[in-house]
Amino acid sequence: MSVAPQHLVIAPILLPLVAGALLLFFDDRERLLKATVSILTSVALLAISLLLLRMAHADGEPDKGRVVVYLLGNWPPPFAINLVLDRLSAMMLVLTSLLAIPSLVFSIGRWHRAGPHFHTLFMFLLMGLNGAFLTGDLFNLFVFFEIMLAASYGLMLHSSGTQRVKAGLHYIAINLLSALLFLTGVALIYGTTGTLNMADLAIRIPLVDPGSRIFLETGAAILGVAFLIKAGMWPLSFWLPTTYTAAPAPVAAIFAILSKVGVYVILRLSLLFFVETPDSSPGFGSWLLFVGGMATIAFGTFGVLASQALGRLAGFSVLVSSGTLLATMGLLQVDVTAGALFYLVSSTLTIGAFFLLIELIERGQDSIANVLAVTMEAFGEDGDEETEEEVVGVSIPGTLAILGISFGACAILLAGLPPLSGFVAKFAMLTAMLNPDGFGQGGTIPQSAWWLVAMLIASGLAALISMSRAGIRAFWAPLEVRVPRVLLIEIAPVVGLLFLTLALTTQAGPVMRYMEATATSLYAPQSYIEGVMEAPRATRPQREQGE
Amino acid sequence: MELTLSLGIGLLVGSGVWLIQRPRTYQVVIGLALLSYAVNLFIFSMGRLTNRLAPVIDTSVEVDPSAFVDPVPQALVLTAIVIGFATTALFLVVLLAARGLTGTDHVDGREPER
Repeated sequence: MSVAPQHLVIAPILLPLVAGALLLFFDDRERLLKATVSILTSVALLAISLLLLRMAHADGEPDKGRVVVYLLGNWPPPFAINLVLDRLSAMMLVLTSLLAIPSLVFSIGRWHRAGPHFHTLFMFLLMGLNGAFLTGDLFNLFVFFEIMLAASYGLMLHSSGTQRVKAGLHYIAINLLSALLFLTGVALIYGTTGTLNMADLAIRIPLVDPGSRIFLETGAAILGVAFLIKAGMWPLSFWLPTTYTAAPAPVAAIFAILSKVGVYVILRLSLLFFVETPDSSPGFGSWLLFVGGMATIAFGTFGVLASQALGRLAGFSVLVSSGTLLATMGLLQVDVTAGALFYLVSSTLTIGAFFLLIELIERGQDSIANVLAVTMEAFGEDGDEETEEEVVGVSIPGTLAILGISFGACAILLAGLPPLSGFVAKFAMLTAMLNPDGFGQGGTIPQSAWWLVAMLIASGLAALISMSRAGIRAFWAPLEVRVPRVLLIEIAPVVGLLFLTLALTTQAGPVMRYMEATATSLYAPQSYIEGVMEAPRATRPQREQGE
Repeated sequence: MELTLSLGIGLLVGSGVWLIQRPRTYQVVIGLALLSYAVNLFIFSMGRLTNRLAPVIDTSVEVDPSAFVDPVPQALVLTAIVIGFATTALFLVVLLAARGLTGTDHVDGREPER
């Protein structure tokens, strides 16, 4: 049986599902086996998503991006569920697997021993994430969202402990509520348009008669609130820093992309539903995204400045990153969005690396180590085994030096200073904002853009101040330096992630061209809509050949 | 029928919103459950309220859409019920864990100081 290349589109969903289910059959003590299976799966996912990226990018032709549609059950396009791969979703798939591999490798160090079914839950989380990025159906998006969230509840509570359960309780309650809002929004949109397919919705929304337009817009707004809770827009974001701080380090690292799912959906749906309809609801809600994004940056910046603990600092950095993305989306400019997409990739990798690094640094400062020790006890891990493993693991020399360099790199990335990719991302956004008619063409800069420029620079400064303060406190101030015991396998993922941002900097040209192509096709959704509606169905003879 | 349904949904939402703002975890769970019933009824009503109509279309005769009920909201409700049920069950477990670890059923894990 030969597998046609278009079947690759469903692989990012099926692969983690099968791997996760398979891992359930093994006892939790078979940790090495479980870790091997899950890491191999995510490496395979990375390979597949890179192939899909090539497929969607049509080998580099900027205006010939391909929309690959996978018709489940071979129904004609507006009916049933379909999966849609375009540049944006392919990029998000690659980013997910790039973040998943380091988190999993990091967890081998000690975290995956702290509770049951870590790898299974992680695989299901990946499945939900990939599904949410690939689906072309609004209700199916809800289902994948719930898969992702259900797995994230389990991971959030991984290794238990009072702090985690308390934060987890709030996290779950808020997400259950946002799921209900999601459903209400979907129901209203279905009630007015009679379809759930995203491409079909894009066609039908301009045709909705003015009388029932109010219901449609209410539905879209309620749906938007559900995603904004996930993305952490102020004032819907108070749960986020607490939750991310309380989550175990490898889980917090992958959670960095969870908040980007909300951003992704808003970017996709608002540009699909409300941009190409100048006579109906032009840029519906974009001013709200802008103002909300600005407020989120402000809130995150104050939070970053006020944070004493490193974990909370990272949590608030997630908010700054979300706010930046939302505010730049609110400007509705192609070039700014391209810069924002670059920023999305760069900041997700940075925050992922930072969450992993924090755990290593704080290990020397007792607090986390104590918590971990307690939970290990609760799960019946006796101390003997731990010391035994420490002998086996390779403890690297110059731990503090490497930790310090990594911390410095994180600070540079978060503040957006040269030479790393945080700077390239901010530079791309600022240039686009200050040259609305293209580089060197001048044009009048809207006042909103000036505000955002000021905000971005201020948030970078705040990150720099806060990171220097935290760095001095962690590395220079202690009189008795207690070198944390760090295994090679734990520092390698952090360094790997930081090298990825370095690669992002050196390869900024090609990456930026990809982002520009992505943004251009997002602002011209016609190709997406046509791609879905005219997707060829598999014909019977072909299928027989295939079997 | 419309009035009864809207009043019912309104009552459920009202009670649910009031309950989720209460300080005890059990009240929050019940509030979430009531809200999810309300949302399910609401999804159901988006297929338009009809009586004694089948969702299955008979293709042998000419089709009159008004003589059939829309099957999609029913399918959506079914999915939403299953997912809601599972997540509520999970929430109950976390609630019990929180009760065990903190020794109180307050949502913040500690009694407010009086």
